[in-house]
Amino acid sequence: TPAVAEPLGLGRPALPEEIAAWDATVLPDGTGLPEGSGDVLTGEDVFGANCASCHGEFAEGLDSWPVLAGGDGTLTDPRPVKTIGSYWPYLSTVYDYVHRSMPFGQAQTLSVDDTYAITAFLLYSNGLVEDDFTLTKDNFATIVMPNAEGFYPDDRAETEYPLFRVEPCMADCRPAPPEVTKRASELNVTPRDGDGKPAGTLPPLTAASETAPA
Amino acid sequence: MTDEPKPSRRAFLAGTAAAGAGLVATAATAQTADPLITEVQDWASVFGDPVDATPYGMPIEFESHVVRRNVEWLTESTASSINFTPIHALEGTITPQGCAFERHHSGAITLSKQDYRLMINGLVEKPLIFTFEDLLRFPRQISIAFCECAANGGMEWGGAQLEGCQFTQGMIHNMEYTGVMLRDLLAEAGVKPEGKWVYVEGADASSNGRSIPLEKALDDVMVAFFANGEALRKEHGYPVRLVVPGWEGNMWVKWLRRISVYDQAVESREETSKYTDMMPDGRARKWTWVMDAKSVITQPSPQAPIRHGAGPLVITGLAWSGNGRITRVDISTDGGNSWTPARITGEARSKALTRFHHDMTWDGSEMFIMSRAVDETGYVQPTKQALREIRGTNNVYHNNGIQVWWVRADGEVENVEIA
Repeated sequence: TPAVAEPLGLGRPALPEEIAAWDATVLPDGTGLPEGSGDVLTGEDVFGANCASCHGEFAEGLDSWPVLAGGDGTLTDPRPVKTIGSYWPYLSTVYDYVHRSMPFGQAQTLSVDDTYAITAFLLYSNGLVEDDFTLTKDNFATIVMPNAEGFYPDDRAETEYPLFRVEPCMADCRPAPPEVTKRASELNVTPRDGDGKPAGTLPPLTAASETAPA
Repeated sequence: MTDEPKPSRRAFLAGTAAAGAGLVATAATAQTADPLITEVQDWASVFGDPVDATPYGMPIEFESHVVRRNVEWLTESTASSINFTPIHALEGTITPQGCAFERHHSGAITLSKQDYRLMINGLVEKPLIFTFEDLLRFPRQISIAFCECAANGGMEWGGAQLEGCQFTQGMIHNMEYTGVMLRDLLAEAGVKPEGKWVYVEGADASSNGRSIPLEKALDDVMVAFFANGEALRKEHGYPVRLVVPGWEGNMWVKWLRRISVYDQAVESREETSKYTDMMPDGRARKWTWVMDAKSVITQPSPQAPIRHGAGPLVITGLAWSGNGRITRVDISTDGGNSWTPARITGEARSKALTRFHHDMTWDGSEMFIMSRAVDETGYVQPTKQALREIRGTNNVYHNNGIQVWWVRADGEVENVEIA
């Protein structure tokens, strides 16, 4: 770690109200939570008015908008359904993200109590609390999400780097000639130019190239 | 003369004749004189554009294919989406800003230097507010670095899906940044001993907050104002973004508005729900910050077929590693049976895009071409299969597997997987 430079005396002190306005972050242990509360039924109303047009009445997701509830036990499925209930490790992230960045296109319009209520409703939608539950600053940290233990810090240094930090084969590396197993052209999901080529294909530089033998 | 270029009779004749001459073979064996040479062309006689025509220029019209492209079905909303750098058409290492990819979570916002504020708070001696003018008074540094989206190639985990390296490897750009070191800004506020993490967030609605361990923050993280010589583009974070060399693009927070010091990671949405990597046992890696060694052949590639026939062929591509410098790139034309080291052209800078070339003679038969990067830690870019054996197919992020292009005998090139 390099030496830290000497201060130059630039900038000015941040005022408490400025910090309060911009630092709304909530940490996993509940640090940063404001005073407030909200219950499931209030959350259902607020969610219905602000969120359900994308995420569905039951947080199940409409069209291809994100699914917020369900998917329990699917994390080893071929196509896992990763939701707040099935995947997210901390409730703090739900409060924090909803409060600051949702609804999509109208962020930072939810009050503290609205956000508690929506968070309570999302817990209910995921089958994690009863319908009479009230979420408060004080009981927030008692909620443990189902997948709280589902994550571990990057371990590539132990599980991958030793395998890949070896002198690679340079000659006679294949036991048999290569065989094509997957072709993107068969899926045909790439944007195309008018002539049917993948979009952005380089234009031909000579007319001759169209007819020249390979 | 009008400003509108019109095809002249002379140019029309020249074009027709050139096409005819080309059919015979190359210029070296042309039987008829090339009128593009024997006839005086307009551009060799009359004026071109005056110097006051274009105060800030765009590429010539013939390069209109060299643009960012969106793949509509990848995301639900274009405000939280991705587009792709046309790496199939570029050379060298510096990405032109105007076609360098974008990834936003709530759109590219417009934030003036006058309205810009940067806050440092949390576990610091003195919480501070900086204006943009303040930031211009700190000592500056320069750094060239690649910004690769963690999801680059993510659609290819399960197979070969998109046709063209713009789409399969193009969530990347490489720029020369000028800015101030994050450690110098933190020194101004004074990090308290219990401060272990730095949380950074943007001014946009998504905020894109991410936690960075203090060690990295004090090492090479830059608060950048200039890219490739000029101010950042709006879509790249104007007027201020974070540059986090070697680390996943999501952490390069744009429109940076707050830096907060904590004793723990925030575990924000972008480091729990997103940018965590599912493994076969249903658990997931978190904090997979570094982008591992990777490469791709940019030509030939599906958007850059071989149209010139057999004979001399330039294979060109990009290699990069978040763990340091690229030391070697190997090329195979036979699906990985044999490998030959390519040339590194220009400099191989740490944590920056690196250009390689391999000059060969193509006999016109089909090839399976691949590139394999090696970095200064001795790490050799793995095959996709080697990665899948460890990670399965639902990792979503960090796909640095070797890309295979199937060069057909007609010169067309396909994205394939091989066994």
